Amino acid sequence: MVVKFDIQNLNAWFGSKHVLKNISMKIEEEAVTAIIGPSGCGKTTLIRCLNRMHEITPGARVSGRVLFNGVNIYSNGVDPVIVRRKIGMVFQKPNPFPMMSIYDNVAAGLKLNGVRNREILDAAVRRSLELANLWDEVKNDLSKSGASLSGGQQQRLCIARALAVEPEVLLMDEPCSALDPIATAKIETLIRNLAENYTVVIVTHNMQQAARVSDYTAFLYLGELIEYDLTKQIFENPKHELTERYLTGEFG
Amino acid sequence: MDYYKFRVFKNRLMQFLVYIALFSALIPLFSILYEVVARGFSAINLEFFIKPTPTVGEVGGGVANAVQGTLITIGLAFPIGVPIGLMSGIFLSEYGESKLSVAVRFLHDVLSGIPSIVIGVFAYALITLSIGFSVTAAAFALAVIMIPMVTRTTEEALKLVPMSIREAAIALGIPRWKTTITVVLSGAKRSIVTGILLSIARIAGESAPVLVSMGFWRWWFAGLNRPAANLALNVFIFAMSPFENWVTLAWGSALVLILLVLGISVATRVFTRERY
Repeated sequence: MVVKFDIQNLNAWFGSKHVLKNISMKIEEEAVTAIIGPSGCGKTTLIRCLNRMHEITPGARVSGRVLFNGVNIYSNGVDPVIVRRKIGMVFQKPNPFPMMSIYDNVAAGLKLNGVRNREILDAAVRRSLELANLWDEVKNDLSKSGASLSGGQQQRLCIARALAVEPEVLLMDEPCSALDPIATAKIETLIRNLAENYTVVIVTHNMQQAARVSDYTAFLYLGELIEYDLTKQIFENPKHELTERYLTGEFG
Repeated sequence: MDYYKFRVFKNRLMQFLVYIALFSALIPLFSILYEVVARGFSAINLEFFIKPTPTVGEVGGGVANAVQGTLITIGLAFPIGVPIGLMSGIFLSEYGESKLSVAVRFLHDVLSGIPSIVIGVFAYALITLSIGFSVTAAAFALAVIMIPMVTRTTEEALKLVPMSIREAAIALGIPRWKTTITVVLSGAKRSIVTGILLSIARIAGESAPVLVSMGFWRWWFAGLNRPAANLALNVFIFAMSPFENWVTLAWGSALVLILLVLGISVATRVFTRERY
């Protein structure tokens, strides 16, 4: 496997609360890795450590190493802003920029980083919306507000926005938890397609979703990595008793 | 069933009381408006808007110099008060969890509670004493009054922008400062502009600090180190004068002031209309 992320002894805190304990795992390139576990187990914190979003919360702290393409993103002299351009993120609740049109939402990352050329922007907007399977639905309404779309469309808009800056990785934090089953199915198909060219790490509390979309699954419990393997392996033949009990719905 | 009737009765009674309260609140507003319009309207004609303050005994005259002076004073206060207020507001909202920001927030509260006459005396001591009664001193006093208003409304407006919007921008690899001035400020633009326009409306009607730091002036604008005429002071000085002509001008000035404030409120509404 080609390793995209090599996480080594990662610990994270909110103030004095120790939320991630000595996580070590490798994440494969151009595959989908799901992170599952009960509420409050540190799933979200783990992916927020992968693009240095954890540290923007006041009082939050990280130790350990996260090698991205072999380079530790936590070493001195690494600019978190550059890290975040390479590693995009989609959030739990769709959060399009409210004052901007659909076009501007998708173009925001490029525009605010100084791209002015109209042709480049047009092409990037179209490419990203097509990748997010949203182009056909909005191509005639690009100047409308992003907030005018339905919840599922807004989430795909947010995916397009993240893709427009051409990241290598897409981190998704429970991207379907606010969506209905049809919108969820669309996004799951999209995730499978994206895995051809992108590394996707998805947090989900929906085990079926993890089974449907992911190649690898990591099970987190109380901030510790309990088990990490091929998704098929985890679901069919879990090695750890805790994993099995969680997957059979005994707790969580 | 009886209990239901009792509830309906209670509902009607409370509605009635609410309407009573509403009308009692509107009575002073409409009686002021009626009085000012009725008396001020007769003062208004073309001459009123193009001529300066008349001398004693002169017939006619107008408030053109006072409109000019008021606009110049506001124009001078604006570039001092707005940037300082805006930036303080951004600081408090975006970087606001330190000891410094707690102190800044507290001091702004204190500043906004200081009577405007005291700020006028402050401007007098700081500026009037060195360069004389002047439009500069008045503008300074008004700017000081503006700062806490603009700061507070900016802070409140920015705090209403959800954290998830900031995170979305930061996750796109947009630096923090750029996130603030583009995504966050544009999300709060309407409320901030409203706050600024309302603070202008407020200082346009201030009389006490203007009187102390600049004083009354009957002529056209004559330089930054000289006083300028002022609508609010017109009302004060003219209304107390024994000359009928001046008293009429006082009502006219009051009407112009009210129209100015009304115009600003309408402009606020128009500017802040939903775009989508």
